[in-house]
Amino acid sequence: MIAIVDYGVGNLFSLRSSLEALGFAAEVTGEADRLRSADRIILPGVGAFADAKAKLDATGLVPVLREEAARKPLLGICLGMQLLFDRSFEYGEHPGLGLVGGEVAALREDLDDPTLKVPHMGWNRLEILRDDPLFRYFQSGEHVYYVHSFYARHCAEDTLAVSHYGNVAVTGVVRRGKVYGAQFHPEKSGDAGLRLLKAFGEL
Amino acid sequence: MLAKRIIPCLDVRDGRVVKGTNFQGLRDMADPVEMARFYNDSGADELVFYDITASAEGRALFTDILRAVAREVFIPLTVGGGIRTTADFDRVLKCGADKVSVNSGAIADPSLIGAAAKKYGDQCVVLSMDVKRVDGQFRVFAKGGREDTGIDALEWAVRGVGEGAGEIVLNSIDTDGVKNGFDLEMLDALAARVSVPIVASGGAGNMEHFAQLFTHPGIDAGLAASIFHTRQVDIRGLKRFLRTQGVEVRV
Repeated sequence: MIAIVDYGVGNLFSLRSSLEALGFAAEVTGEADRLRSADRIILPGVGAFADAKAKLDATGLVPVLREEAARKPLLGICLGMQLLFDRSFEYGEHPGLGLVGGEVAALREDLDDPTLKVPHMGWNRLEILRDDPLFRYFQSGEHVYYVHSFYARHCAEDTLAVSHYGNVAVTGVVRRGKVYGAQFHPEKSGDAGLRLLKAFGEL
Repeated sequence: MLAKRIIPCLDVRDGRVVKGTNFQGLRDMADPVEMARFYNDSGADELVFYDITASAEGRALFTDILRAVAREVFIPLTVGGGIRTTADFDRVLKCGADKVSVNSGAIADPSLIGAAAKKYGDQCVVLSMDVKRVDGQFRVFAKGGREDTGIDALEWAVRGVGEGAGEIVLNSIDTDGVKNGFDLEMLDALAARVSVPIVASGGAGNMEHFAQLFTHPGIDAGLAASIFHTRQVDIRGLKRFLRTQGVEVRV
């Protein structure tokens, strides 16, 4: 069973549907026991970093996530990926989970071209830098769907794939140990996204 | 680089897609779920569903359909039609919509844009405008293009973005249905004023019209209904063509 962490952030309908369409058992849950008995965990998230982190802290699930992340594959998606990092500079400075080294900063700050639109919203090519079982069914250069204004940086060691936006190599996929993060939405990235989720379900 | 998006638009009334549908090889030519599946398989980058039902029964049917689509189509879904309150946003977002488009509802109550943007994020709020030239001015029309509001379209767009709209769909009433190309003059005027993504709508008649559209900076997507529904233009073929014209598209 794949547990989707429910901490009151975002709409999980498509994510659960996509996993079910792939034939995986998926459960949206906020219970520690369910996270412990799951084979894999997905940490979703949309909205603002500080708000999401506060809500996640309030569930009391953070220690459980830390323990389970050492034992089974965990995938953070979009803001759920950003939460994995050491800290975020989204409206102030906020500590993250520290499961992946690096920080989250405003994309606008690092873009040279002021005419490029932020949020980085739409389909962009995902270029694989390091091969990984997650890309078993995915070809480098396929398009994935992004919606975000902040991005992870100073995490080159853990970066598996990037998407180019102006002068910035947007961190697309990271991995440290069993912990994965995807900045884009695989559950909204058509067939290519489903193939990434399939590989995650088979890790 | 972001790919230019091709977006088919499905108008749904009482559970059926209306407007020139002439599909071949589909079991049910006006079944929104079947059409969504078809467009997903042909490479559509996003789907827009407009609920043009007036009745409460029709509205409930629409959300059922939306849920059925979101259960098997995994690309962004935008929903519009009859969105007047943040409760309406809630209703469709829970059924799998990613973005919600407001039109007459925002004209009646502009604070809806800000309230929704604050609750769901700018990226979730799409300002859809039906615009027509009146006395040399781009004028916003309400009620499905039937009522001149007297509002200047460019000012309305700037205000909407200021309130938190994360994207604009510009439907030109002047070019809509004429199939003579998008309203590039109107689109350029809009692109000069706002920096959010712009979706062009109204006037697409052939593949060249899309190629022409995407040479204009600031235009992110092209939306059409009948030319896709009638299969006059096939999305996969369109994307192949655009690629030969140097346009970055998802294939």
